[in-house]
Amino acid sequence: MVATAEAQPATGWFLRAPRALRAYPMLAVGLVLLLAVALMSVIGPLFVEKERVNVGYAIPDQRPSREYLLGTDTVGRQMLAIIIYGTPLTLKIGLISGAIGLSVGMIFGLVSGYYGGFWDHLLRGAADAFLTVPGLLVLVVIATTFHGGISVTTQALVVSALAWMYPTRTIRSQVLSIRERSYVQLARFSGMNGFEIIVREIIPNLLPYLAASFVGAVSAGILASIGLEALGLGPQNEPTLGMTIYWSMYYTSILRNLWWWWAPPIVVIVVIFTGLFLISAGLDQVANPRLRNRT
Amino acid sequence: MPLRYLLQRVGAFFLIVWAAATINFAVPRLSSVDPVREQMMQSVAIGGSSAQSMDEVIKSYEKRFGLDQPLWKQYARYIWDMARFDFGVSITRFPTRVSAMIFDALPWTLVLVTVSTLIAFVLGSLFGALLAWPRAPKFIHVLAPPLLTFSAIPYYLLGLTLIYLFAFTWRFFPLGGGYDIGSSPGWSLDFIGQAVRHSILPALSIVLASMGFWALGMRAMMVTVQGEDYVTLAEAKGLKSRRIFLRYALRNAILPQTTALALALGHVASGAVLVEVVFGYPGVGSLLYSSIRTFDYTVIYGLTFLVIVAIGVATLILDLLLPKLDPRITYHRR
Repeated sequence: MVATAEAQPATGWFLRAPRALRAYPMLAVGLVLLLAVALMSVIGPLFVEKERVNVGYAIPDQRPSREYLLGTDTVGRQMLAIIIYGTPLTLKIGLISGAIGLSVGMIFGLVSGYYGGFWDHLLRGAADAFLTVPGLLVLVVIATTFHGGISVTTQALVVSALAWMYPTRTIRSQVLSIRERSYVQLARFSGMNGFEIIVREIIPNLLPYLAASFVGAVSAGILASIGLEALGLGPQNEPTLGMTIYWSMYYTSILRNLWWWWAPPIVVIVVIFTGLFLISAGLDQVANPRLRNRT
Repeated sequence: MPLRYLLQRVGAFFLIVWAAATINFAVPRLSSVDPVREQMMQSVAIGGSSAQSMDEVIKSYEKRFGLDQPLWKQYARYIWDMARFDFGVSITRFPTRVSAMIFDALPWTLVLVTVSTLIAFVLGSLFGALLAWPRAPKFIHVLAPPLLTFSAIPYYLLGLTLIYLFAFTWRFFPLGGGYDIGSSPGWSLDFIGQAVRHSILPALSIVLASMGFWALGMRAMMVTVQGEDYVTLAEAKGLKSRRIFLRYALRNAILPQTTALALALGHVASGAVLVEVVFGYPGVGSLLYSSIRTFDYTVIYGLTFLVIVAIGVATLILDLLLPKLDPRITYHRR
């Protein structure tokens, strides 16, 4: 059938991954950066015990040394352990809110783009309106109201409240263009109903955009969560990257020249964001062949 | 400008304002406890403020929300108060009115955010345009990697790094605050000088961290514009490269950027709030931070609402100006 034959090039990229990576250096570098961060969280616990993130486990305010590789903070926690055990928590928040944002955005985008009419007005209008709102402040209202004892998962849910707008917009505009293509028309004439067309014809062709939207939503989720945490509105007892920054500001680590307290979380955050950015730029190249020749 | 477009934009603005007010009304009622009341009781228990004045706060609070009345009446009353920017009194700084506290802080934020966003927008767009321009000076390409890396850092984390380098280590700039300790705000030349000196680092962190974003968007637009027939024609006519760049390519590529600016305002505001916190800059960000730490809910809700309204107004103005700037924009639905 013509429809499936046309659908293949988009999905095929994911099957021919190794060769594709060489063709898309940005994607490759981005993946390597994120894998490095993930690997650190997997291998690190083999060498560093979890107890070391506990308050009072080590001598406070120690510079990086052979014994304390990244030094210790004012309440006697070891920075290396904080980074190793805190990074996956932040990544987890990003992944959960990214998944929720993508799912909601995908449903909204598909409905809005494919069916149009009233739903399109409503959903696109809502996405556009919420995009212009300073999201952090809305999240602050939610987080302060439910303050106290927020867990990492709750934090992820709070953040995901505003993670669906970009996916909705991107997916909607792609669906608008795919909807008019000949293979979708053909499917419609051959008697498929709307749901079947969406699942069998549209979604396979959306895959690169879905992946890019997911990466974007993860990145937005992490940004929002460390922002909330820097205001003190996060899981108080968990060493997430944002909470680490909050405590380092709370104990004025800069004025006390404890650079090993605030610098490591910033470095990890920068690596994560750079990695996500490169992946999404790389996915853009995959999705828009016309961008490929321009570096 | 067709009435339909105008009505749509203004309608969207009121929708956002209404949604913001409604969220402020609904969220506390969704949680099992009334956080405002809880916090007031706690303040009384701790004895932070005198019990008598606290009684007054609670009374004014209950009267204000008419907690004995049906929900729809409470809601109508709340919306009416919000529409008049009447946010009640601060819980921790009774009897200061929340609106007074916010309007004290707002000018600081407005100046900082407006100036730094404009600088970032202009420099970033120019930089992005040059990146895509074949005859641009070589050093542009050297600057690209660091600037793009900066744009991957949240504003306030870049701010932390800048404080460490330029204020703590090299002492070029003050460590934080909006003016020297011991002086009080006024319009004297001395004070304005202090304010400028204190705002350079916060502004720099916003500019450096957001330039890359504008540069990327502009670069993509320039690449498209360069392929247009009118640029080829201008080259064929033998016009000077500089003239083609400024009058033909840049002018056409900058317009979609302004649309992006309208969309990015909320994001910039979120970032600026945190920058203020890091620098202890006396704007709404620091006010928000201190009210979060003391759980001063009336301030948090009022401030959130007002900033959303402010961003809404700015977006509305941009939306109404854009069609004037760019005749290619149609007023109808895309």
